[in-house]
Amino acid sequence: MENNRFRSGIITILSALLCILIGLFIGFLALILLAYISLRNGGNPFTFGDVLSTAYTSGFKQVLLGGLYQMPRGLRAEITLAASLIMTGLSVAFAFKTGLFNIGAAGQYAVGAFGALYCALIWNLPWYVCLIAAALCGAVWGAIPGFFKAYFNINEVITAIMFNWIGLYGVNTLMYGGGSSPMYNLKTTKTWPVAAKSAGSLIPDLKDLGATYFQRPATIGIFIAVLIAVILWVVLNKTTFGYELKACGYSKTAAKYAGINEKKNIILAMAISGALAGIGAGLYYLSGTAEWQPLVSTALPGIGFDGISVALLASSNPIGTVFSALFISHISTGGGFMSANIFPPEIADVISGVIIYLCAFMMLFKRRISRVFSRENKGGK
Amino acid sequence: MSDYVIEMLHITKIFPGIKANDDVTLQLKKGEIHALLGENGAGKSTLMSVLFGLYQPESGEIRKDGKKVEINNPNDANALGIGMVHQHFKLVEVFSVLDNIILGAEDSTMGVLKKKKAREKVEALSKKYNLKVDLDAIVEDISVGMQQRVEILKMLYRDNDILILDEPTAVLTPQEIDELMEIMRGFAREGKSILFITHKLNEIMAVADRCTVLRKGKYVGTVETKNTTKEELSKMMVGRDVSFTVDKKDIAVGSVVLEVRDVTVPSKRHKKDAVKNVSFEVRAGEIVCLAGIEGNGQTEFVSALTGLEPMTKGRIRLNGKDITHFSIRDRAKAGVSHIPEDRHKHGLVLDYTLEDNMVLQRYWEPAFQDGGFIKRREVRRYAEKLIDQYDVRSGQGPVTIARSMSGGNQQKAIVAREIDRGTDLLVAVQPTRGLDVGAIEYIHNQILSVRDSRKAVLLVSLELEEVMNLSDRILVMYEGEIVGEFDPKTTTVEELGLYMAGARKQSEVAQYDGE
Repeated sequence: MENNRFRSGIITILSALLCILIGLFIGFLALILLAYISLRNGGNPFTFGDVLSTAYTSGFKQVLLGGLYQMPRGLRAEITLAASLIMTGLSVAFAFKTGLFNIGAAGQYAVGAFGALYCALIWNLPWYVCLIAAALCGAVWGAIPGFFKAYFNINEVITAIMFNWIGLYGVNTLMYGGGSSPMYNLKTTKTWPVAAKSAGSLIPDLKDLGATYFQRPATIGIFIAVLIAVILWVVLNKTTFGYELKACGYSKTAAKYAGINEKKNIILAMAISGALAGIGAGLYYLSGTAEWQPLVSTALPGIGFDGISVALLASSNPIGTVFSALFISHISTGGGFMSANIFPPEIADVISGVIIYLCAFMMLFKRRISRVFSRENKGGK
Repeated sequence: MSDYVIEMLHITKIFPGIKANDDVTLQLKKGEIHALLGENGAGKSTLMSVLFGLYQPESGEIRKDGKKVEINNPNDANALGIGMVHQHFKLVEVFSVLDNIILGAEDSTMGVLKKKKAREKVEALSKKYNLKVDLDAIVEDISVGMQQRVEILKMLYRDNDILILDEPTAVLTPQEIDELMEIMRGFAREGKSILFITHKLNEIMAVADRCTVLRKGKYVGTVETKNTTKEELSKMMVGRDVSFTVDKKDIAVGSVVLEVRDVTVPSKRHKKDAVKNVSFEVRAGEIVCLAGIEGNGQTEFVSALTGLEPMTKGRIRLNGKDITHFSIRDRAKAGVSHIPEDRHKHGLVLDYTLEDNMVLQRYWEPAFQDGGFIKRREVRRYAEKLIDQYDVRSGQGPVTIARSMSGGNQQKAIVAREIDRGTDLLVAVQPTRGLDVGAIEYIHNQILSVRDSRKAVLLVSLELEEVMNLSDRILVMYEGEIVGEFDPKTTTVEELGLYMAGARKQSEVAQYDGE
């Protein structure tokens, strides 16, 4: 009996891997096409072998190696990005488990970034307090669509999309403050670097736990993210709270019949989901690798939406989310190292896009794979 | 030329963990009404799904007019003139009746629908077979009975002459059942052949020409109804003798457990109240039945009683304690258990495992959780106990996903869960809807044992036979009011029927008469 659940887990993993393989293959085809165009424009005679080798050495190799392509800078970037991606992925996955689609992770991420940076730059609070502030801000921003869903039955997708933009521009306005905000550095047109203003607000490094201002290595953020993923898995699978949340997700009416307060659960699930996205922002902006740019941040943070991809690729499993976030981070970091004059770095997005698209077919793969499995079983008997 | 329009020969269909059909043969003559009888999970629906092209059998063949045919999907079935009305209707709820009927068989010129032609055809069919429908109504607004007529018209619109009806009477009122039988006879006279899945023996005796019986996936036999009896059929179906009457001990009733006073509940469908000033009481050791035709306020009353929907007026007391403003959970804690009317909507989280469903009403109890963590081992042990004790059958035991279980076993799981809680009040709404005689007998005995253990039972049922057999007192509900109170020993089904149809009303009876 337990065997069965184990088998379905294996099938899920296999079909995710199949998605990845096909995605990489299609990405490689795109690279070959671009390499061909580039070589033809170069005017020199070339063979198909040249096309293949150009596509591989100046593009596909980077994608495959990811952050490893340029040690240690690349690996650091990959791990920092992965930590945040795990969090936004968990945000979306957790909401999915409760039957909600949190498309608002991007907005919650932005508001979380504000919470973290405000506590760091203005109050110079220690990093863990800043992180909690980021979580709280994200939680509030997630709870609002949850509230509208629970009490007025307004689809959370619509509210969350609107709150994405409200959050983004609200945060921009607050951080810029007409140029006079204490968080804003007029010279760089970014927020002040956390390292310069409040070293204690930086998340401790991986190498040593003391703060180093220059040459920032990766932080312990990745461990925090993995730990949170494990906690979420436990909450969803082992606790009465998780039992209630999933019951609401599967059947609102049956949950109500069982005396579960589904309104409370919807709001709570959205708040937790928002808090996770907020922590994602905190991990990123408190790592000292980037500052917020209030004047040019006119698009929603991509990490928020990538969380949807991460969650889908992981079939909303918290532990799976860790791996799918690592993977997405791996290929997009690698994409940045491709020869920019031949390949646009967005190729990495194309690959992850194809993979996510294939995730929609995952059900199909699952059925195929399980059919192969059952055929083997039959043969065995 | 073969005698049979459809022959299904030696069909075997295997699902993981279960042989749903094992060498089953079924032969359908032209112009006959052929009943397919079997317990829940006997493989009736599977067999019909094979015929309709939804499943491919592992072995066996299907012949139409003596010629072997391949049916790979419902379109193939349709091309052979086979139509099916599923137990759970397949209608687009937000479409009109007409749109639903033509959906999938739309006639159009240059992409523009020819609705007028379609309307004429549907109207003609509707008149010919006396299938009253409102073509412009939206499906979600019409009664279940009318939805079924829409499904039947869908088949007729496609010129099908082999009609499969999967438990068509399970959702109908007694009057609607009579109408349906008349319609079926009309079809047979026209030369159409009808396959009719059921486990109601009375209906088979009344309408079918022949009957094929399945038991646990195996073919038991085919009999002419005029040469058989109800008892014989049920023995073929269950494999043992089944008693149609229950043995009820006389026990003295105890103190008042449930006291309902002036309860008024608003309707969701119209502006009027669905339940008007209903007052009654249920004592320990008695089964009080709320009888009536569907849609007379029983559902709304139970929703208010169990806390699913708010009521506008009135008081509810349980063991003397006022629970009017209690939440659903608090009512459950105070001692109300509830076998809900809709097992898919309320009774089960269909995507949860059977064991998780078994603790749906008590996962929060200290026995099953410790500091917010579910005691998985306890849940498993408890689920196994209930499965064993109440004979709930499933493919993989406690870890079976509830959705994959047969309807009867889903219902048994709910009954097991609710009865085992041992609360002072059991509210059972249509507990045997859609079940076979074996399961009905079993559930009836369970409900009686609840009564015999000096608990109070409020039974809501549309089945008059069940009402007469089980209850100690009968309250008839009509248009949201209690119009009469009866003792099953002194009343008749006919008398109840008159009150249920609103033809008669007792004045002052069954109204709460104070302390």
